[in-house]
Amino acid sequence: MKRVYTGVLGAMMLAALASTALAETKLTIATVNNGDMIRMQGLTEDFTKDNPDITLEWVTLEENVLREKVTTDIAAKGGQFDVLTIGTYEVPIWGKKGWLVPLTGVDDPADLLPAMSGGLSVDGKLMAAPFYGESSMVMYRTDLIEKAGLKMPDAPTWEFIGQAARAMTDKAAETYGVCLRGKAGWGENMAFLTAMSNSFGARWFDENWKPQFDQPEWKATLDFYLSLMADAGPPGASSNGFNENLALFNSGKCGMWIDATVAASFVTNPKDSKVADKVGFALAPDNGLGKRGNWLWAWSLAIPAGTQKNDAAQKFIGWATSKRYTELVASKEGWANVPPGTRTSLYANPEYAKVPFAKMTLDSINSADPSNPTVKPVPYVGVQFVAIPEFAGIATTTGQIFSAALAGEKTADAALAEAQDAVTREMTKAGYIK
Amino acid sequence: MARAVSKRRKLIVTVLAWSIGLLIFFPILWTILTSFKSEGEAIELPPKFLFFAWTTENYAVVQERSNYLLFAMNSILLALGSTLFALVIAIPSAWAMAFAPGKRTKDLLMWMLSTKMMPPVGALIPLYLIFRDFGLLDTRGGIITVLMLLNLPIIIWMLYTYFKEIPGEILEASRMDGASLGKELLYVLTPMAIPGIASTLLLNIILAWNEAFWTLALTTKDAAPLTQFIASYSSPEGLFWAKLSAASTMAIAPILVLGWFAQKQLVRGLTFGAVK
Amino acid sequence: MATQQTRALGKLAVAPSVFALFVWMIVPLAMTIYFSFLRYNLLDPNIACSLMHPGQLFDAENRCLAGFSNYTYFLTDPAFFKAMGNSLILVGWVLGISVAGGTLLALLLDQAFYGRGFVRIMMIAPFLVMPTVSALVWKNMMMNPVSGFLAYLFKLVGLQPIDWFAHAPMTAVVIMVAWQWVPFATLILLTSLQSLDEEQKEAAEMDGTPPLSYFWYIVLPHLIRPMTVVILIETIFLLNVFAEIYVTGTGGRAGNLPFLVYQYGLISNDIGGASAGGIIAVILANIVAFFLMRMIGKNLEA
Repeated sequence: MKRVYTGVLGAMMLAALASTALAETKLTIATVNNGDMIRMQGLTEDFTKDNPDITLEWVTLEENVLREKVTTDIAAKGGQFDVLTIGTYEVPIWGKKGWLVPLTGVDDPADLLPAMSGGLSVDGKLMAAPFYGESSMVMYRTDLIEKAGLKMPDAPTWEFIGQAARAMTDKAAETYGVCLRGKAGWGENMAFLTAMSNSFGARWFDENWKPQFDQPEWKATLDFYLSLMADAGPPGASSNGFNENLALFNSGKCGMWIDATVAASFVTNPKDSKVADKVGFALAPDNGLGKRGNWLWAWSLAIPAGTQKNDAAQKFIGWATSKRYTELVASKEGWANVPPGTRTSLYANPEYAKVPFAKMTLDSINSADPSNPTVKPVPYVGVQFVAIPEFAGIATTTGQIFSAALAGEKTADAALAEAQDAVTREMTKAGYIK
Repeated sequence: MARAVSKRRKLIVTVLAWSIGLLIFFPILWTILTSFKSEGEAIELPPKFLFFAWTTENYAVVQERSNYLLFAMNSILLALGSTLFALVIAIPSAWAMAFAPGKRTKDLLMWMLSTKMMPPVGALIPLYLIFRDFGLLDTRGGIITVLMLLNLPIIIWMLYTYFKEIPGEILEASRMDGASLGKELLYVLTPMAIPGIASTLLLNIILAWNEAFWTLALTTKDAAPLTQFIASYSSPEGLFWAKLSAASTMAIAPILVLGWFAQKQLVRGLTFGAVK
Repeated sequence: MATQQTRALGKLAVAPSVFALFVWMIVPLAMTIYFSFLRYNLLDPNIACSLMHPGQLFDAENRCLAGFSNYTYFLTDPAFFKAMGNSLILVGWVLGISVAGGTLLALLLDQAFYGRGFVRIMMIAPFLVMPTVSALVWKNMMMNPVSGFLAYLFKLVGLQPIDWFAHAPMTAVVIMVAWQWVPFATLILLTSLQSLDEEQKEAAEMDGTPPLSYFWYIVLPHLIRPMTVVILIETIFLLNVFAEIYVTGTGGRAGNLPFLVYQYGLISNDIGGASAGGIIAVILANIVAFFLMRMIGKNLEA
C-alpha cells in the first residue's frame, strides 16, 4: 500500500518536473488601455505562432493607475512585470538609474524617428522601444473657418489662432472657437501649457533650477491662454482633458482643437465623429521665436532590470514595435489605424501618405526637440515635461493652480505667484535650490 | 399588522416611496440601460430611455478584452475568504468580550476600530515591501489576509453586540454539562447567534468586495478582483460610455444580486447593539 | 458571574485578534514613522541626497536622514490646511445628510405600501456599488456637463447645466459620497425602527397623538443610539474617502487629507513626505475619534 502511494507521489513529481521543463515562458505585460494597445492584444497570435513557448498575459490599466503600479513595482523591485508600457517621461529617469534593460531585439533601430529614439535612449543605448508616438497639432473645422472668411496657414501663429477662434465663436449656437485642455494634471493641462509656453519663450527653470513663473514669458503665456478661453472657449473648460475635448470636437462644438496628433484618426472617423469630412490640420502655433507649441510623447515598451525572462521579453518588444507589426495592422484594419509616429519608413510608404494627417503628424514630431525645448537654455530634457523625479508632483500642483485660474477663481498674476511659491518650495525641499 | 391603514394613505405612500426609490436607484438603472446602447446613443442628448437599438455588443467586447470570470472568481474568493477567516478569529474574541468582560473591554474595542484610521496610501510602501519580501504580491492568501485585518474590527464589534443579547445562563448551563470552550462556541453559542453571524458575514462581504485601494495596489493578475477589471475601462482615450457601463454593470451585478436575496437579513441584522 | 477560569479563557480567546491587529497596526506604523524621517524619493532613493548633501547622515541603505523636515514641510504646506478643511467639510456634510436623509427614508420604508421589498432594495443598492464604479458613473453618465443626464435635465427646464467638477467640486464629491452612505444609515435606522414596539405604535395612534410629537417623543429617542452607531462607523470610513476624489480628478480643490498624502507619495514619489503626512493624518483622525467617543460614546454602553 505504502509503495503504491510513493509510486503515485513519484509519478506526480515527475509529471510536475516535466511540465516545468516544457513550461512556457509567461510574460506579464503591463499596458495602458488605449485603442492601439488593445488592438495589439487582439493580434498577438502572429507572435505566439512563431514563439509557441511564450505566452502573454496582459494587465491592462487606466493611465494613472498603470503609472502608479508600475512605478511602485519598479522602485520597490517587486518584480511583478516582465514588460512595461511607459512614457517618455519615465524612460530617461529610470534608464539612468539602471532600472531598465537596454533593448537588443528592436527591428531596424536606425529606422526609428530620431526625435523618438533620442528621447528614449540613455548614453546612446535604447532603453525603451516606441510603440506609438505623438506630437500635438491644430485640428480645425474647414467649414467654420471658411465661414469666418479666413484661411488657415500650414504653420499658424498664436495671433492668428486668437483671431480665428474669436471669429468662429457663436456661443448662441454652442460653437466655440477653440477647445484647449484645462483639466488639472501634469499630463493634462500642464502638458499643453508647458508646450505652449515654449513657443512664448518661457521655461520651467533657469540654469540654476530657479523656477521661472515670475518671468514675463510665463505671464504672457497664461494671459493669452486665459483671455482666449474666456472669449472663445467652451463653458467648463477647466475640467476638459483630452477625452472631453474629443467629445466636444466630434459633436461639432469646437472650431479648433490643439491636442495630440493621435486624435486625428478619431476626429476623421465617420463612425465616431459628426464632422469627419470637415477637418483640416496645421502645425501647432508659434510666436515668431523659432519654437512651436507642440509636444512629443511616446508610449514605449521597456523591460525592468531583474526580470528572469529577458530573452522572451526582448523578442516580444521586437515584434510589437516592428515594421512587420505595422503591416499586420494595415492588412487587417487599414493604414489609418497603424500605430503612428515611430518609424521613418512608415512615412516613406506611399500607402500611408494617403492618410490625411500623416504628413502633419510627421512634421509636428520632427519639429519638437526635447534637448532644446524652448528659446533660452534649460538644465533639463523634455518638451512638455521636465525629466526629473519631482516633476510630476510639482506640475500636478501648478496644474491645479492654473486650472483654478481658468475656472475664474484667481487671476493670472495670483496663479503665477502661487505657482512660483509652490515650485520653489518643492525644489528647495528636493535639494535643487540651496 | 393590526393597524388599519387607509387605502388612500397607502396609495400616497406608495407613489412617494416609489418616486424616491427610483430617484436613488436611477444612476444604477441608467448605467444598466446605457450598457445596452451603442456608443453613439450612449452620449446622445436628449437621451433615449427605452426606445433605442438594444444591443449586447458591449458585453461581448468587454468579455473579449478581459476575462470577466477570472476577476469575478477572485472577487468572490477574496470576499468570502477574508470574511470567513475573520469570523474564525473574531468569534472567540467576541465571546470573551461578551461573557468574560474585563475592565478594558470597551477600550479594546475602540482601539481595534482605531486601526482603521490610517490613510492606506500612507502605509502603501511599507506594506508593498513586506509583501515583496514574503512573496505575497499578487497572491490570494496575501490580499485575503489584508482584507481580513481591515474588516476584523467591524466583525468583532458586530458579533460582540449580538452575543451580548444571548443570556449568559445558557452558556453556563452547557459548561456545567462539561462542554469545553470549543464545544461551547461551536454547538451552543454559534447556532444561537446564526442570524447575527449571517448579517455580519453579509456586511463584510460587501465591504471586502468594494475595497479598491489594497486590492488594486497589491494584485496584478492571478489574484486580481473586479476592482482591477474596472481600472482597465476607466478613462481610455476617447469616450466609451457604453462599454464603461457594461463593465460597471458586470462589476456590481453579483453583489447587487446577493443584496437582493439577502435584503431581509440586512434589514434585520445591522443593529450594532443599538436595538433594545 | 465570570469566574477566574473564564477570565483566563477569555484572555486566551481575545489574544489572536489582538495579536493580529497589533501586528497589522505596529509594523506598517513603525516603518512609516521611520520613513518619515528620511529624505526618500521613490524614484531616487539615495543618489540625490549623498551627492547633493555631502556630510549628511544616512542609513544602511544610503538614504539621507531628514530630521523633522518632512513634518515641517507637510505642516507648512498651504495645501495641508485646505485638505484638512476639505476632510472636515466632507465628513460633516455627509454625516449630516446621512443621518437626516437616513431617518426620513427609514420612516418612509417603515410605512405600509405596495412593493416595499422592491423599493427597499432600490434604496439600499447604492451602498452595494463599489466606490470606483460609483465615481465613474457619476462623473460620466450623470454629471458630465455636456452629455450627462443632469445636464439634460437642466437644459430641459431651460437652465445652463452646472459644470460640477469645475465649479462645485466639493458639492459633487459630497453628493457622490452621500449617495453611497445614506443607504447605510437608512439600513441601520430602519432596523431600529422596526424594533419599535408595535403596541407602542398602536397606542400612540389610538390616543390620537399627532404624528410630529409622536416622532419627537417616541421615535427620535429610540433612534438616538443607532444614529450614534451610524456616526461612528461612517466617520471611520469617511475620513478615508479616496476613490471619488481620485476618479473624478477633483483632488486639486476638493482633495482631503488622504488625497494629499497620495499626492505626496504616488505623484511626487516623496515617500518621506507622504509618510510624515500619513502619521499626521493618523494623529488627527485619532483626535477626532477621541472627541467622538467623548461625545457619543456613552450611548454605546458596553
